[in-house]
Amino acid sequence: MNLSSIADLPKARLFWPIATLAALLLLNLAVSPGFFQIQFQNGHLFGSLIDILRNGAPTLLVALGMTLVIATRGIDLSVGAVVAIAGALACTIIADSPSPDSVGTVLFAVTVAVGFSLVLGAWNGLLVAVFGIQPIIATLILMTAGRGIAMLITEGQIITVSSAPYKVIGAGYWFGLPASIVIAAAMFVVAALLTRKTALGLLIESVGINPVASRLAGVRARGIIWTVYVFSAVCAAVAGLMISSNVTAADANSAGLWIEMDAILAVVIGGTSLAGGRYSLTGTLIGAFVIQTLTTTVYTVGIAPSITLVFKALVVIAVCLLQSPVLQQRLQARRRPPGSRPPASAVTAKKGALVS
Amino acid sequence: MTTTPVSSPATDAPAPAGDPVIEMTDISISFPGVKALDSVSFRMFPGEVHSLMGENGAGKSTLIKALTGVYAIDSGTISLAGAPLVISGPAQAQAAGISTVYQEVNLLPNLSVAENIMLGREPRRFGVIDWRATRERAAELLERLHLDIDPGSQLSAHSLAVQQLIAIARATDVDAKVLVLDEPTSSLDADEVSELFRVIRGLKDAGVAILFVSHFLDQVYEISDRLTVLRNGALVGEYLTREMLRIELVHKMIGKELATLESLETKTRVAAVESDAAEAEVPYLRASGLGRTGSVEPTDLTIHQGEVVGLAGLLGSGRTEIARLITGADRADSGELRIRGERRRLRTPRAALRDRIAYSSEDRKREGIVEELSVRDNIVLALQADRGWLRRISRRRQDELAQSYISALGIRPANPDALVRNLSGGNQQKVLLARWLAVAPRLLVLDEPTRGIDVGAKAEIQKLVSSLADEGMAVVFISAELEEVLRLSHRIAVMRDRRKVADLPNEDVTVGEIMGLIASGADA
Repeated sequence: MNLSSIADLPKARLFWPIATLAALLLLNLAVSPGFFQIQFQNGHLFGSLIDILRNGAPTLLVALGMTLVIATRGIDLSVGAVVAIAGALACTIIADSPSPDSVGTVLFAVTVAVGFSLVLGAWNGLLVAVFGIQPIIATLILMTAGRGIAMLITEGQIITVSSAPYKVIGAGYWFGLPASIVIAAAMFVVAALLTRKTALGLLIESVGINPVASRLAGVRARGIIWTVYVFSAVCAAVAGLMISSNVTAADANSAGLWIEMDAILAVVIGGTSLAGGRYSLTGTLIGAFVIQTLTTTVYTVGIAPSITLVFKALVVIAVCLLQSPVLQQRLQARRRPPGSRPPASAVTAKKGALVS
Repeated sequence: MTTTPVSSPATDAPAPAGDPVIEMTDISISFPGVKALDSVSFRMFPGEVHSLMGENGAGKSTLIKALTGVYAIDSGTISLAGAPLVISGPAQAQAAGISTVYQEVNLLPNLSVAENIMLGREPRRFGVIDWRATRERAAELLERLHLDIDPGSQLSAHSLAVQQLIAIARATDVDAKVLVLDEPTSSLDADEVSELFRVIRGLKDAGVAILFVSHFLDQVYEISDRLTVLRNGALVGEYLTREMLRIELVHKMIGKELATLESLETKTRVAAVESDAAEAEVPYLRASGLGRTGSVEPTDLTIHQGEVVGLAGLLGSGRTEIARLITGADRADSGELRIRGERRRLRTPRAALRDRIAYSSEDRKREGIVEELSVRDNIVLALQADRGWLRRISRRRQDELAQSYISALGIRPANPDALVRNLSGGNQQKVLLARWLAVAPRLLVLDEPTRGIDVGAKAEIQKLVSSLADEGMAVVFISAELEEVLRLSHRIAVMRDRRKVADLPNEDVTVGEIMGLIASGADA
C-alpha cells in the first residue's frame, strides 16, 4: 500500500491492531520500567516480552488455523476441545508407558495426538463440506462432545506426567528461545508458505468471497474447505501439546477452555472479516499478541481479578470499533470538507438494492 | 439496448368502469449509474388480473418494489383508491392493503400452516396468543380460497405449490385490495398452475386487483385481463390482453417495431459452406434428449467446432437452463451428452472444464466475478483451479496472462491489481471472458455476455466471439437481443416454454421470424 502522508496511516490495513499492541506495551512499560528488558542467562532468553511470546504461542497457533477457516466463511468452535483431546491423548500414552522419559515414547505420543486431530478435523470438514451443515453448528458438535472424548481418554482424572522430553514442547528451550515460540513460528511460516507459495490462498479466498462463482470456475470448494478444517484441528492439537506440556498435566475439563473465543478475537482484531474472503496471517499474529499482552497487562497493572474480563472486553470493543467501516467513514468525513461525499449509508443501501 | 423505447403513457386500452384502485404516476427510481424506472405510470382496477411484462432489466421488479414499499421512489405519486399514498415501508404497504407473494415462498417450514398464515397478527387474549382463535381464523381463510388443508399440519409437509397457496391465504388475510404475485408459477407443474389460477379467479371475483408477473406467455394469456409492458425502465404501454397478438407483445417487450424488424437485413454468412463441411465430422458436443425436471424439457443440441450457435428465447424459456446442463453447472436427469462422440456425464463445472467447456453465467455478479479479488486473480482463477492448488501459476506468468488479456480485451483500468468490484459492468465482463479464454476452451458458452454494458464494450465482445469461432472454437451465444444473436450465429436454436421449438441455419432468417417462433407457432 502506498502511503502518501502520515494522515493516511490510519487507513492502512494493520494500523489499528499494531497501534493497540504498541499502546498496551507502552502502558506496561510505564507501570513497570523493566518491562522491555530481555536477559540472557544460561544460554536462555528471559523477560516479560519473551513471556508474552511464549504464553501467546498456543493462542497464536489456534488463531492461525482459525484464520483460514474463517476465510472460507466458516468458523471452528471445536478447537478448545481438540486442545483437550490432544493433551489428554499424549499425556495418557506417556503416563502409561514403561519409559516416559524416552524420546521415542514422546515422539509416538505426539504423533498419535496429531494424527488423531487429523481425524477430528476431517470430521468437521465432512459435516461442513459434504453435508452442508452450518460451520457453527457442525463444529459445536465436537466442541461439546470433544471434552467428553478427552474425559474418556483420561478416565476422568487429571493425568500428570513427568517426562523430560515432553516438557520441552511447552517449557523447554531451543536455540536460546522457548521451544513453544520456535514451534509456533515454524507453524506460522509453514502456513504462510503453504497458502502464499501455492495457490491455496487464492482458492481459499475465492471460495470465501463467492462460492457459486468459484464452483463455476472449477474450484474444488469441497476439498479446500476440508483442508482448512483439518489444518485448524492440527494447529489446535499442537497447541494442546504445548499447554499440557507446560503444566505437565492433562486436564480434560479446563485445558484450552475458551481458547476458541480468544482465537476468533485474534482473527477479528487482525482485520480478517468473519464474512470470509481476504485474510491476513500477519494480522492474526498481531491479534494474538494483542490478546496475550492484554492478559499480561492485567497482571502488571494490577487490575483487580473481578474486573479483568471487563477490562479485556473494553479493549477489544475499542479495537473492533476503530476498524468498523462505519466509524472509519465517519472519521474520514470529519477530516474532509462537508458535502464532498454522499453519506455512506445511502450508498450502501442503493448498492444493496441493485443486487436484488 | 440501443432502441429508444416507445413512450406512450396514454393508454391504448379503454378503462373498465370504475376508478382504479392503484394509480402510480410518473414514477422514477435511480440507482447509482442506472435509471431503473424513468417516469413510468401504472394503474390497476378492482377485480382484474393485470400482467406486468418485460425482459430482464425492464424494471418490473423495481416497479413492484416501489409499489410494495421496498424501494423509496425518487419522484412521482402513488394513489390508492383515489387518495394519495406515501409508502414508507413494506409494513405500511401491507397495512394499506397491498400484499405481496414473492417468487420464493417466504414462509417458515417448521411452523404449522395456521401459524404461518397468522404469524405476527395472532388473535390475543389476556396478552397471550389465543391458539384456538388463530387456528379458526386460519381455517376460515383457507376455506375462503376453497383449500382443503389442515391448519394444524406442519408447513413443510406440503408441496411447494400448496405452500404458495398458503402464502396467498396469508397475503389475503389483511383485507388485501391489491395482491402482487411475482413469478408464482415458476416452480409449479400444470395441475398446480390450474389450481393456483382457480384461486386467483376467486379472488378476482371478490374484487381484488391482482398483479401477475410470469415469464410464461401461455399463462399470461390464460389468466390476465390487461397487460402493461416495460422496457429498459420505461413504459411501453398498457393493453387489453385479448386485443394483443402474442407476436406483437414479444415485439413490444424486446423492442423494435415489426416493420423495421422485417426489413432488417441479416448479415450474409460465410458459414453456409462451412456448416456443410462441419456436418460430416463428429460434432464437438451432441446432447440428445438432455433435460432436467422442472428446468428444461429433454432437448437435442449439436455444436460443431468453429460454429456459433445462438440460443434465442425469452427469459425462463430454457435458454439458460440448457446452457447450464451442457456445462455441468446443473446436472441433467435425462438424456445423454457426447463430447467428440464420447459419452460423458458432466456432474460439475470442473468436469466440464476438463473437457474444455467453459460457461460464462448470465449473473455476472453472483456467479461470475469474485468481487474482492484483483483483476489478475479473477483472470487466473479458472486456470489455477484446473491446475490444482499445488501447481501455482508463477507470479510472473500471472502478470503476463493478466497483462496480455488486459491489452487484448481493452480492460480499463489497465491495472491488474485493481479490485474487480470497482470495475464497470463491461470491464467486469471482459475480465470474465479473459478468465474463460485463459483455460483455452474448445466450447465457450456465453450467457448474456453483453447485458447491461455500454455499446463500445458490446461491439468489442461481439467481434471477439466472431474471431474466436474463426479460430475453431465452438461458441454458444445466448442473448435477449435477437439482432445480436442473428449477427453472430451460424445456427439458431429457439427455446420456448422450456423446450426447443426450432433449430435453423442462419440463412435469410429475420428477427421477425425468430420472434414469431418465440411467441408461438400458432400466432406467428
